[in-house]
Amino acid sequence: MSDILVYALHYEGAYNKNSLGAISEGAKLAGELGGECHVVVIGDAQNLSDDFCASLGAFGAKKVFRVEGPEGLSQPVIDAMETIIRANGQKYALFGGGLLGFEIGAGLAARMQAGVSMEVTNVRAEGGELIAERPVWGDSTISVKKFVGDLGIIIGRLNAFEARQGEGAAAVEDVQVEFKAHSLRSKMVQRGEQRGADVNIEDADFLVAGGRGLGKAEGFDLLESLAQSMGGAVAATRAVVDAGWYPYAAQIGQTGKTVAPKLYLAAGISGAIQHKVGMQASENIVAINKDSNAPIFDFCDLGIVGDLNKIVPKLTEAIKAKKGG
Amino acid sequence: MKICVLVKEVPDAAVQKRLGSDGRMDRSGERNLNPYDTHAIEEAVRIKEAGAVTVDEVVAVSMGPDSAERAIRKAISLGVDRAIHLSDEALAGSDVAGTGYALAKALEREAPDLVLLGQQSDDGECYTIGAVVADHLGMPSLTQVIKMDVTEGKLVAERQAEYGYDTVEIQTPAVISVGDAINEPRYPSLKAIMGAKKKPVDKVGIGDVGIEAGRVGTDGARCVWTSEKAPPQKAGGQIIEDEDTNETVEKIVAWLDERKLI
Repeated sequence: MSDILVYALHYEGAYNKNSLGAISEGAKLAGELGGECHVVVIGDAQNLSDDFCASLGAFGAKKVFRVEGPEGLSQPVIDAMETIIRANGQKYALFGGGLLGFEIGAGLAARMQAGVSMEVTNVRAEGGELIAERPVWGDSTISVKKFVGDLGIIIGRLNAFEARQGEGAAAVEDVQVEFKAHSLRSKMVQRGEQRGADVNIEDADFLVAGGRGLGKAEGFDLLESLAQSMGGAVAATRAVVDAGWYPYAAQIGQTGKTVAPKLYLAAGISGAIQHKVGMQASENIVAINKDSNAPIFDFCDLGIVGDLNKIVPKLTEAIKAKKGG
Repeated sequence: MKICVLVKEVPDAAVQKRLGSDGRMDRSGERNLNPYDTHAIEEAVRIKEAGAVTVDEVVAVSMGPDSAERAIRKAISLGVDRAIHLSDEALAGSDVAGTGYALAKALEREAPDLVLLGQQSDDGECYTIGAVVADHLGMPSLTQVIKMDVTEGKLVAERQAEYGYDTVEIQTPAVISVGDAINEPRYPSLKAIMGAKKKPVDKVGIGDVGIEAGRVGTDGARCVWTSEKAPPQKAGGQIIEDEDTNETVEKIVAWLDERKLI
């Protein structure tokens, strides 16, 4: 029997989209292996009602293990998953893309002496086993991995697995977990703080995004003018949000938003994987970067090697003139 | 307190990365200290300089072939006091879990109060070694930290996670991986570069730190490379070198116009 255990991240009464995708994927794969998809949720008792847990059945979960414990931290989840796997013998642990999944999956690999593959974009069942595909070296090659031992751990790339909602309710089983001492030595002081203005980028057809190549926070003024000329909005990379140049709500990528506008114009963005996963579905990608080796030139539709400080203002004027004329 | 910093030799970013015929990374070509690690070293040095806690020493711990010594010397030139170089044929081909286990064994002997590392390596891009090491050491851990405040017996760390910025209070000893936004690493002085040659680098093998051979290397790997394949081909985009900006802008506008984007 090859059951798959999926971790479901939740916040303020909603499940994470990538977790739901992992559940749907896990259900599909477990079906092919002749097993079931199980899910672990962890949190305050008041946040984990029967209905909230059972609702994961609609995505393919057969059973949901409910654990009372701290939310938003990885190490208590490692303890919980260890307890559940030792008692139930799931053969694989699966995580949707995101920060916590990396931490939990890796820690679980250490705890269970298991193999782990991360940034996985595709999983398939073959001969009763799961095979994971992971792009490497800036996505130029795909490395195909399998697992040996009792447990294989697969951590998906952001948006790799699509959530498919159907009907049904999962059985809910409460699990008591004895947390390790070190798992209780971290305390969440504040979770999910929104830094900067609450901007809406998800509904925009045209996005102009800026990265470190802008050189300074004021560089965003150029992008705002350009976005305005096109009737679009401005987005940002994690590096510049962490630096305080632009609001978190405008951030694209691994720990930000995923967008797919008609046009994504990236200025001063190198195109690291963590950013790419949040915008690669855009219909048209235009990149302006002075470094001709920037990875973004490998997946844009139109790339301009040059100084954005020279190009963006002139482009803004040209678009305004065109629209006016 | 004692701070250990995990450092790693990686191919230079300018060098084309590739897999060898065995699925392991081809490590020929130019190598350097993983750029993310320089932020971890800088943070250790800043904690020491700030004086809120007394830092007795900053020790670099690295696993890698003989050639890694160059990267280790670079780490020393950035402010590390001494280094442990874990190097053994038996470690070649270790997967993430094996590498983290081996590093944890080397760290155990040092009994650090704080372990710092870069949030990812420039080669494998695994964000995960910190979590593996922490579980083996039985220490609390947080990755991708962009701000931290260390005081006696605890630290307060901030990082960006799925729903915004989290602030977490952690009792030490702890394992913290840092993001590149945490600081701007300084350049080493010529004196520091020269001095780095004289600082001690303790070279150890798996037997010296109690690593079980069956848990590392190719044989110990539980996630196994089977083959590689080419990703789906995407038609290459059009590239324009900006020489005359007016002309470039005309081309961009025409391109957008063709696609009815303006």
